[in-house]
Amino acid sequence: MQASVSSLPTPHRPHSIIRSNSNPSFRSCGLRKEAFGFHSLSQFLNRESRWIRIFPTNPRSRRQFVFSASASASAADNGSQLPTSFDYDLVIIGAGVGGHGAALHAVEKGLKTAIVEGDVMGGTCVNRGCVPSKALLAVSGRMRELQNEHHLKALGLQVAAAGYDRQAVADHANNLASKIRGNLTNSLKALGVDILTGFGTIVGPQKVKYGKVGLSDNVITAKDIIIATGSVPFVPKGIEVDGKTVITSDHALKLEIVPDWIAIVGSGYIGLEFSDVYTALGSEVTFIEAMDQLMPGFDPEIGKLAQRVLINPRKIDYHTGVFATKITPAKDGKPVIIELIDAKTKESKDTLEVDAALIATGRAPFTKGLGLDNINVETQRGFVPVDERMRVIDADGNPVPHLYCIGDANGKLMLAHAASAQGISVVEQLTGKDNVLNHLSIPAACFTHPEISMVGLTEPQAREKAEKEGFEISIAKTSFKANTKALAENEGEGLAKLIYRPDNGEILGVHIFGMHAADLIHEASNAIALGTRVQDIKFAVHAHPTLSEVLDELYKSAKVNSDITKPVSEPVSV
Amino acid sequence: MASLSFSSSVSSSTPFLRPSAFLLKPRSISRVPLVRAKIREIFMPALSSTMTEGKIVSWIKSEGDVLSKGESVVVVESDKADMDVETFYDGILAAIVVNEGETAPVGSPIGLLAETEDEIAEAKAKAAAQSSSAAPTASAPKVEEPGPVTANVEAPAPAVAAAPATPGKVVATPYAKKLAKQHKVDINKLAGTGPFGRITSEDVEKAAGITPAPKANVVVPSAPATPAPSPPKAATSFPEIPGSKVVPFTTMQAAVSKNMLESLSVPTFRVGYPIATDALDALYEKVKPKGVTMTALLAKAAAMALVQHPVVNATCKDGKSFTYNSSVNIAVAVAINDGLITPVLQDADKVEIHELNIGSLSLSKKWKELVEKARAKQLQPQEYNSGTFTLSNLGMFGVDRFDAILPPGQGAIMAVGASKPSVIADKEGFFSVKNQMLVNVTADHRIIYGADLAAFLQTFSKIIENPESLTM
Repeated sequence: MQASVSSLPTPHRPHSIIRSNSNPSFRSCGLRKEAFGFHSLSQFLNRESRWIRIFPTNPRSRRQFVFSASASASAADNGSQLPTSFDYDLVIIGAGVGGHGAALHAVEKGLKTAIVEGDVMGGTCVNRGCVPSKALLAVSGRMRELQNEHHLKALGLQVAAAGYDRQAVADHANNLASKIRGNLTNSLKALGVDILTGFGTIVGPQKVKYGKVGLSDNVITAKDIIIATGSVPFVPKGIEVDGKTVITSDHALKLEIVPDWIAIVGSGYIGLEFSDVYTALGSEVTFIEAMDQLMPGFDPEIGKLAQRVLINPRKIDYHTGVFATKITPAKDGKPVIIELIDAKTKESKDTLEVDAALIATGRAPFTKGLGLDNINVETQRGFVPVDERMRVIDADGNPVPHLYCIGDANGKLMLAHAASAQGISVVEQLTGKDNVLNHLSIPAACFTHPEISMVGLTEPQAREKAEKEGFEISIAKTSFKANTKALAENEGEGLAKLIYRPDNGEILGVHIFGMHAADLIHEASNAIALGTRVQDIKFAVHAHPTLSEVLDELYKSAKVNSDITKPVSEPVSV
Repeated sequence: MASLSFSSSVSSSTPFLRPSAFLLKPRSISRVPLVRAKIREIFMPALSSTMTEGKIVSWIKSEGDVLSKGESVVVVESDKADMDVETFYDGILAAIVVNEGETAPVGSPIGLLAETEDEIAEAKAKAAAQSSSAAPTASAPKVEEPGPVTANVEAPAPAVAAAPATPGKVVATPYAKKLAKQHKVDINKLAGTGPFGRITSEDVEKAAGITPAPKANVVVPSAPATPAPSPPKAATSFPEIPGSKVVPFTTMQAAVSKNMLESLSVPTFRVGYPIATDALDALYEKVKPKGVTMTALLAKAAAMALVQHPVVNATCKDGKSFTYNSSVNIAVAVAINDGLITPVLQDADKVEIHELNIGSLSLSKKWKELVEKARAKQLQPQEYNSGTFTLSNLGMFGVDRFDAILPPGQGAIMAVGASKPSVIADKEGFFSVKNQMLVNVTADHRIIYGADLAAFLQTFSKIIENPESLTM
């Protein structure tokens, strides 16, 4: 792992509201049987194409391409001349979730594909992110249930004191990561994707060099290249990470210690999820947040409710509006010492003494050594600049032909499933179908107990947009307290919120806080992706009693003025 | 406050505002009976059972706005949710006492409602007086501080680890801070016993005098391959006996239970003493027609003995000092309404046992009054919690001796058994039959030692055996 790109000042977050690696469920490891068309919203305004699903048209078998040329020939010309035939149709640098999703779709589309990986297969999500963290959160969720005597009593259960074995919990997380990594690797192999080991570097147009340190490099040519190198934890300067008492998510997921008291710098997805894990395992937590509010990326109303449930009643306190300028690991018989300054006045504010500190200030792109200067591309704070079609933009502002960048490395939306969706969108373009991914249809989730999920705009974002574009917005809300299934589970704490346009019923955003929120959001994200309007989806039937009825209620409580209401779909005879 | 016709005492401060929130169904809070109020206080409502204070999110109405019944006036943030609070009465919002963003304890006034415009000025004056006096308490409810609460640091921890790395800094863990706020413990006065001298939740629990909650997690060491079954928690699950009925404590019973648990933290010992009562019995027969009860006689005797032995009338409040009480107040345990209460005979050493002068309130009369009040549940707090010494008498049931538990906040308690004819041998070896009772005193050994109690009992027995002084 190379050094992180860490010269960013703390408040400057990657230019997306979502900054974590640890939220999405890892979806791509299952073998997808069919490809989904990812379309921009505008495309769906065309009624003709509205209900067409895209099925693979090509058989999955690898096609033999006319240009299966030799590697030696292209290596000889030193990149000065464009190759006319290629080793591969598509080379993907980075075998994380983004690269994996792109590779699978490329094979489906009949492209000869290779994937270059310099570290472990699966990238951050599988090895150091969403996957192992879900294992820890599964444990913390159960611990929480078993410790909640009041809750258990209400259900009529009696449980003796719950305990845990730290090493066994850590092993569960590690085993899960290995298993998913194995699945992912096998799925690529089974489809005939070549896995090339070593760090990939772009040496010229359509030309990639890869190899391990100390071994001779191989150079391959590809018609198209996708950069999918991902990100590493971002550590602000002044913070000394020793991997034992001052740690990043990379270390925390190994769960080598459960400190009595841990400070978590950053209250985004990563910080929140770890606070859930640590407090369930008996730690006390202190949040350090640069913004004035905890959970700054969330819809304010959801954040407020989440704070009441996830922060206030737990053994957590917090400092907001402060930067941790200096964090010294525990040594010489002293605890971890954290120096705080006021985020606005920069005046020294406080000094904390804790047992451990987790740095969860977001993630920095991992793009060093990619050889971008060979093709006149300048990164912006480490991120590879791209246009809406993920085409890499060079220093002069022009798209670089045949070069794309997806996932955390471009910083558009730092989520595993966003990277995968971007990869699929690129492959669609490569195979002759223009495609622009609607990022507003990509859901995000935080797997605390209970969970938080969202898609589209937050209320302030929607209000800003409405003001600029001159339309009204309306808000509908439903409570989990009114849901039978939630009450049966004794989990009535929760809120679902819909932001929509009352004039035409367009769904602008949906935010859910409550039991299984991460699973519930997809009805809303699919509606946004497919352009379904509130007045249409409210006729869709939900099984009773299910948590999904929270969304059913939500749609039904929305008031759309539009008189053009259509049924969900035309009746189809089968 | 006096000119407000609406009572401002805590007991009648049930909010007359009703919360209504979009999420939660409004919980109806009982109305306060109207006492011809012209200016009414708007109280911080209790929006949940666990709410102790609330934050004003926003005032929907401004000063001077005319309110009609059922209108939302203010949005209050509790520990659970934000709720609109609406008024039960028509009127004019005369003054806002607690501003937006500020916090106030449940039951404290947050605004004033005037009935007519004429009262607005008056209400404003009230509000000004209130906010100047109430402001500090509203933001930081440090109403009472239960004495100095420095925790006992037993063995000094190793010097390196005992002090925070930053000299002079008070380091407390998040949960310790939460507990301290909850139990109103001043964290700055605690000595931390945790790692690096930090104040932990255990330190706060100790200072607040509560039994620490069992640690949430039993961390099973990873060494054994098969995790040992966690031992069943004691006290939490008793075997269920079929057909048993669970009756929750009444408030009084809960208070007794709490006091009894608290008493466990005091190191007590007991000293017994036999006392001949023939003279006392004779006196009792004589004064009985005057309305004097045995309880009054015993209380008087104890009080007179206590005057000579002030240490037995003292209290140990902090484990570091004696608190000598200036008056001798004898609490007498009374079984009443399935409970137990200790009405207090104040200044029992000074008040005469029966009426020498017409019109003066005798100890006997006072006692009669107290018992009546106790039955009617009308005792004022100082009438049952100002005792400096407690008397408990089970003699009327034929109990010959028993052992009393020392109530928290007092130095000693006397358990009086029945007076019975007993065979007594005197110095010369002659036997005689005399009435004799056994008294047994339980005392706090931090301040009262064996010799103190023995001397006190000796004095007490002399008074009982020569009881003339009781009626003088």
